[in-house]
Amino acid sequence: MASTTASTKGTSSRLAGLTESRGWLSAWFMLPAAALLLVFLTYPLGLGVWLGFTDARIGRPGIFIGLENYEYLWDDSVFWLSVFNTLLYTTVASILKFVLGLWLALILNENLPLKSFFRAIVLLPWVVPTVLSAIAFWWIFDSQFSIISWALIEMGIIDQRINFLGDPTNARASVIAANVWRGIPFVAITLLAGLQTIPQSLYEAATLDGAGRWQLFRYVTLPLLTPIIAITMTFSVLFTFTDFQLIYVLTRGGPVNATHLMATLSFQRGISGGQLGEGAAIAVAMIPFLLSAILFSYFGLQRRKWQQGGGD
Amino acid sequence: MKFTRRDLMRTTAGLAAGVAGSRLIGATPAFAQSEPTYTPEAGATLRVLRWSPFVQGDEDAWIANTKKFTDATGVQVRIDKESWEDIRPKAAVAANVGSGPDIMWVWFDDAHQYPDKLHDVTELADYLGNKYGGWYDGGKDYATKDGKFIGLPLAAIGNAIVYRDSWVKQAGFSEFPKDTAGFLELCKALQKTGHPAGFTHGHGVGDGNNYAHWLLWSHGGRMVDDSGTVVINSPETLKSIQYAQELYKTFIPGTESWLDVNNNRAFLAGELSVIANGISAYRTAQINRDNDPKLTEIAKDIRTTNLPIGPVGKSVELHQTTTAVVFDYTPYPNAAKAYLKFMFEQEQMANWIEKSLGYCCQSLKAFADNPVWTSDPIAAPYSKASETLRPNGYSGPLGYASAATMADYVLVDMYARAVTGQATPEDAMAEAEKRANRYYRV
Repeated sequence: MASTTASTKGTSSRLAGLTESRGWLSAWFMLPAAALLLVFLTYPLGLGVWLGFTDARIGRPGIFIGLENYEYLWDDSVFWLSVFNTLLYTTVASILKFVLGLWLALILNENLPLKSFFRAIVLLPWVVPTVLSAIAFWWIFDSQFSIISWALIEMGIIDQRINFLGDPTNARASVIAANVWRGIPFVAITLLAGLQTIPQSLYEAATLDGAGRWQLFRYVTLPLLTPIIAITMTFSVLFTFTDFQLIYVLTRGGPVNATHLMATLSFQRGISGGQLGEGAAIAVAMIPFLLSAILFSYFGLQRRKWQQGGGD
Repeated sequence: MKFTRRDLMRTTAGLAAGVAGSRLIGATPAFAQSEPTYTPEAGATLRVLRWSPFVQGDEDAWIANTKKFTDATGVQVRIDKESWEDIRPKAAVAANVGSGPDIMWVWFDDAHQYPDKLHDVTELADYLGNKYGGWYDGGKDYATKDGKFIGLPLAAIGNAIVYRDSWVKQAGFSEFPKDTAGFLELCKALQKTGHPAGFTHGHGVGDGNNYAHWLLWSHGGRMVDDSGTVVINSPETLKSIQYAQELYKTFIPGTESWLDVNNNRAFLAGELSVIANGISAYRTAQINRDNDPKLTEIAKDIRTTNLPIGPVGKSVELHQTTTAVVFDYTPYPNAAKAYLKFMFEQEQMANWIEKSLGYCCQSLKAFADNPVWTSDPIAAPYSKASETLRPNGYSGPLGYASAATMADYVLVDMYARAVTGQATPEDAMAEAEKRANRYYRV
């Protein structure tokens, strides 16, 4: 009897330990999130990485082939073209989105008439589904029916239509322009939110010290906005780097692969072409670039000097 | 439409209407012995995924015929549709994860990418083939693997020259040239009169591939030989590229960016005199939903003909081919086969081909006398699509490599690189060879 009581006491105290201990409770609370991450993030990512090391095809599981997919890609000019395109697309589009987004945010932060209306309007490109805006741009960039070509011809500025999506350089510029149009609202609105957290008193103090408009921006706005810029641009770079829909609708990677991004090439090879292993390898090859962007942001955000607006 | 028991007995495997309409039985006496019967599983329902129609009559007729099947058997059939370019990835995912539609209309050599995941329909295919004059070879190649039918060849979507008669005459040609040399001269003349031709050099799955394969095959080139060895780097291919370069000079600007819809759109806007397309371009103008007088004029002026014959001396084209496959994961294989059997029988199939207005060319020879091919001369060039088509990856075996090579636009890019001056014909060929070898794994 005594031993039974002792055993019951032991069980209940262990149970109490599991439910009342801070450490265990934390673990319990984190479990759902961990399970979600494991099932919806870690597993697909792990599977993708694994597939990259196999010769899996549609309808066939494939076997481990080591680095063969990567060796093939190493010698594949289309793959390297897609890497170049992706880096160009991401770099140019991100810089433009940052500059134009910051500019727009600064304008919207002023006391404009109909401020709320304009802020809502600015969000439109972001709200419109990508496929829809891509179709609109498809018409805008059409080699025969482009409204831009038509307007310029009507104004007498050009005498023949612009080959927006047929010429490799024009095609790259066109898809970047479409991406910038779509991405500016995200940058602008997020930076606007950051701008509004900067205390007005700092501007007043700086003004009393004789700071001009540029100095206010350079020594008050920009330093205090830096953490927000870091996180905003990290997300913007990630979105741009992994873009798929715009290219898929506008060009399918053409002309002659001049606008193929790594994401679109991965889909073309992996799903349309049935070469799952190779498609996964291309997708995995994107990870180092994405990781670099994340690490840049992470370490940037950790830097107290950055947070306080200082340099290195 | 009233569906009588007489109709049922005459046109289908026959349904024993008295047994709750759920049992398919023998039909035509001459084939009664070899006719398979498929009894739908209890509680069976089917989901069919097809490509979005280009001619509305196709979808309407298919749905109406499906309803007849449901009325007769009680098997509910849900028909979903996807943009036709999205069919390939959807089918690939369904095959890979083992879940999705029971029946799917797939393109080209899709079925050869996952033959193990498809239900063997050889018995049904043999029955239909015997009864309706046999399958055309091209469609059969796409639907068979190792002597077994892994799908039923459903139709070939014919590709033909669509042109403006008045502009061709204005350019000094009383009739459309039959050979590639004459065709080049016509295109030059059309360019001079301000009504250029245009053929897709962009990543258009249908139009881009159709044009590139015609260029190659009409000059005697091949991607691979009978054993699957890549032979694209050849004098014949070189000639075809040089020919394409000359043609390209006469085209409307921008064809290297074109996807599948661009040529139709430009043609129907009066910007182009000659394109290669399915009959849908003509039907759009003919049906003219918005009663646009300009489109009415274009419809009257449209003529069609088969693509010119090149140095090989015969008509050789890719066309698009669609196959109805039953996935092995379906819990209702008998219902699926009963459904396909019903839809391929005389009354339904003939009706569907007719209502498709020439967009879908029969896969069974007995349907070649469908009135749709003679009621309007514009449809005539499309009537031979199943007969003249060559499978993708000719003359090698169909499979992963042929499908992947097409999906990666190896041939389309080869011509586009050369015609736009991004590479010499020799370099373009060498790169195509290298890219194709990656799939054919040298």
